[in-house]
Amino acid sequence: MVLKIFFPQCCNMAASGLLIGHWLPGQDSAVVLAVVHYPFIPGQVKRYLSQLRNESQVELAVLGSWSMPKDGQEGMESFLRDLSTIFPQGRWLQLSREMGKKGFTCRVVQRDGGLLGEEGENGDGDGDGDGDGDGDGDGDGDGDGDGDGDGDGDGGRVIFIHYDQRKVMLCQLHPPEGGARGVGAVIGGEESSELRLVFSAVAQSQPLFFTDKYDDGPLKLTHWQSEGREGSIIVELAKHASVPVCLLLTWLLSLWTWLCSVTNLQPVRFVSSKLSTCVQLSYRTEHLQIVSSPKTALGHSESMRKANIFVSFFVDVALGLLLISWLYQENRISRLANTLVPVADHVAKELQELLQWLMGAPAGFKMNRALDQVLGRFFLYHIHLWISYIHLMSPFIERILWYVGLCACLGLTFALSVLSDIVALLTFHIYCFYVYGARLYCLKIYGLSSLWRLFRGKKWNVLRQRVDSCSYDMDQLFIGTLLFTVLLFLLPTTALYYLVFTLLRLVVVLFQGLIHLSVDFINSFPLFAMGLRLCRPYRLAEGVKFRVLCEEPGKPLHLMMEINPLGYGSVLQWYRTPTYSCYPKDSWAALCKKLFVGELVYPWRHKGTKID
Amino acid sequence: MSDDEEFTDINGKVIFLACQNHSSFCREFTVSVPKVSLRHVMVYTCSVWLVAYVVFFLTENTAVLSGAIFVTLVGMLLHVHFVKIDHETLLIIGSLGVQVSSSYASGRESTTFIEMSKIKDIVINESIYMQRVIYYLCILLKEPTDPDALSSVVPLFQSSKPRLNCLVKVYKSCQEILAQC
Repeated sequence: MVLKIFFPQCCNMAASGLLIGHWLPGQDSAVVLAVVHYPFIPGQVKRYLSQLRNESQVELAVLGSWSMPKDGQEGMESFLRDLSTIFPQGRWLQLSREMGKKGFTCRVVQRDGGLLGEEGENGDGDGDGDGDGDGDGDGDGDGDGDGDGDGDGDGGRVIFIHYDQRKVMLCQLHPPEGGARGVGAVIGGEESSELRLVFSAVAQSQPLFFTDKYDDGPLKLTHWQSEGREGSIIVELAKHASVPVCLLLTWLLSLWTWLCSVTNLQPVRFVSSKLSTCVQLSYRTEHLQIVSSPKTALGHSESMRKANIFVSFFVDVALGLLLISWLYQENRISRLANTLVPVADHVAKELQELLQWLMGAPAGFKMNRALDQVLGRFFLYHIHLWISYIHLMSPFIERILWYVGLCACLGLTFALSVLSDIVALLTFHIYCFYVYGARLYCLKIYGLSSLWRLFRGKKWNVLRQRVDSCSYDMDQLFIGTLLFTVLLFLLPTTALYYLVFTLLRLVVVLFQGLIHLSVDFINSFPLFAMGLRLCRPYRLAEGVKFRVLCEEPGKPLHLMMEINPLGYGSVLQWYRTPTYSCYPKDSWAALCKKLFVGELVYPWRHKGTKID
Repeated sequence: MSDDEEFTDINGKVIFLACQNHSSFCREFTVSVPKVSLRHVMVYTCSVWLVAYVVFFLTENTAVLSGAIFVTLVGMLLHVHFVKIDHETLLIIGSLGVQVSSSYASGRESTTFIEMSKIKDIVINESIYMQRVIYYLCILLKEPTDPDALSSVVPLFQSSKPRLNCLVKVYKSCQEILAQC
C-alpha cells in the first residue's frame, strides 16, 4: 500500500519538533495537524494531547518527528529519532527537510511485531549516511534497510498531500449529485470515504487551532492560526442583542399566530387562501419563526437555511423600502390612481366593442342570431354593472392605494402580491365571463356526448362506470335526436364566446403567473449561499482536486489538494428555500384537454376572489 | 518524462496524447486537440455577416448589422467558454483516486475527483455512436452498499474521442497502477 500523509501547508517552514496528527482508521493515511516545536517536555505533550482528545473527540497522537535543519542544531536529528521510544506508536514517521530543496525526506519506522521496516528511503539516499543509523534508537531493530516486502525500490511509496488547513477546516463537503435529495444528506452521507474522514478530522480538531501566536503556553505549536483574536464592538453588541430580539420576535409572532387562529373562521379563511398577499404573509410568518427560534441551529444545513432566509428577508425589505421611497415621492400615488380608473374604463370599453363585434357576424361567421343576441346582452349588462362599480369606487381608489402601498415596507414580495391581487380584482369581470362561457360550453359538450350515446342506442351506466347498450322508446329517441340537433347547431355560437373569453382569461393568468414566479424566486433564492460561493468559494465544496507539485525522481510525490467549489447550479439546488409551488400542476396536454372540454382551469392557484 | 504522441480521433483528426510519469503510481495523460483554427472562425463569421448583409439589403434596417456583430461575438464567447475543450486530462494516483479534468479554450477548467474506494475498474467499452461503433475508456463505479454491483459509468475523453490504439495505451498504464494497489 501507499502511505498518504496529509500535510498542512502552514507547517512547511516550521522549526523542528514533533508531528501531531491523526491516523485514519482502516486507511493507510495520516493527517498531520500541527508541529510541536523543540524545547518541550514529553509529559506535557502527552497531557496536552489527552486534553485535546477529550475536547475534540479526535484520536490525536504523535505521528513522528519533523526536522528542519538550522545552523547550530546538529544533534537534533538523532535526538528526534530517539523520541519514538518515548511516544510508542505503531508507526513512526521521520520527516525531514533540507534547506534549498523542495521535497521532504520521509522515513517510516514500523515497530509492531518486532519488524522495523523502512518503507521507502525516499530522500536523496546517496548522501544520507544515517540511513542505517536509525537502528540504534530501537532495541528491536533486526536489520533495517530495504529488506522488507516492497521490492520496487525507492520509487517512493509515500505521497505527501499538502492542504490548506484553514480552508479544509472551514469547508463543507457536499456528496455528489447522487444523493442530491435534501440538504440533510450532507451530514448523513457515507462517512467511509477517505477524503470525508480527512475533512472531518481537520474540522473536528478546531480546539487545537484556538491558540494563536500571542498565546504563551507551555508548548510552542505551528498550525493554522488566526492573526490574533480580533473583536469588533458592533459585532459583540449585535451578538448580545440578538437573544432578546429573538425572544421578542418569537413572542410577537406567537401573538400574531394566535390572532390569526382566532379570526380564522370559514369566510375569512376562504378569502385569505385566495388572496396572494395573505398567502405571502403566512409564508413570511413561517420564515420569521424559523429565523427567530431561540434554539441554535444544528448542523450546517439548518444554519445555512436560517442564514438564507435572513438575508433574503433583508434584501426583500430593502427593495420594498426602495420602492416606497420611489412611490411616495412627487405625488406618484395619485397619478397612479388617476390613470388606473381610465385604464379600467378603457378595458371595459374595449370589451364592449368586442361583444358588439361578436353579436354581429364575427369574422364573417353567421351565428345563431337569437342566442348570439341573448348572450351578448347578458355580457353587456355585466360590463355595465362593472363600470358603475368602478365609478363608485373611483373617489376612494387613491386613498386605498396609499394605504395598501404601505405594505411594501414589509418587502417587495408583498408589493408584488398586492399588485397581483389588484389585477385579480380589476379583471374580475373577465373571470366571470370566462366562468359563464365555460359553464355553458361544458353543459353543451356534456349534453351532446350523452345524446350522442342515445343516438347510437347506448347509455352511460353510472353503477358500473361504463357504457351499456340500451333500448329506447320511439318518443325518447325522437326527443333526444331533436335536442341533439338543436345543441349541435347552437354549439358554434357558444364555442365562440367561450374561446374569446378563455383567451382573455389566459392573458390575465399569464400576467399573474409571472408575478407569482418572481415572488417565488425572491422567496426561495438562496442569497446567502450564493454570496458565500461568490466570495468564499472554498466554504462550499463539491470535492477536491489535486495538482502535482514537484516530481523529482526518487523523492516522494508531492500533491497539492485544492478545494473544488460547488457549481452555481448545485448551490441553487442544495440551498433553495422550499416554498409553495405555484407551478402549473397540469401538463400541457391535460391543460389543453381541460380547455377543450370546458372545465375550469386554474393553472396557477385558485384565483379570482369572491367579492360581494 | 513526457512524450507527445500523435493519434487520430474517431473522425480521423489529429490529436496528441502526452503521458507524464510523476512516479511509479502516479501518471497523467493529457489528450489535446488542436486549437480553434482561424479558418473556421473566419468561415462562420463571414457566413453570419453575409446573411446579415443580405437581410439588411432587403429590409434596410441597420439593427440587423449590429445584431449580427453581437451574435458573432456572443457566439464566439460561448463557444470558447462552454463548448470547445482544448485538453482533457486523466490523473491517476495509485491508492488515492482518479482525477478527470477538462480545460476549455477560454481557460475554464472543470475537474472531478473520484476516490479509489469507489472505483471498481477502468475498462474500454464499445458503444453505438450515430451510425458506427466506437470504443471509449470508462471508469466503473461501485455501488456504495454492494461492492460487486455497478452503480454508474463515467466515460473518459468525451470531447476528443480517441481511437482504440490510443485508448489501449492509456488503458494498459492505468491497469498497471490499479494492479499495484
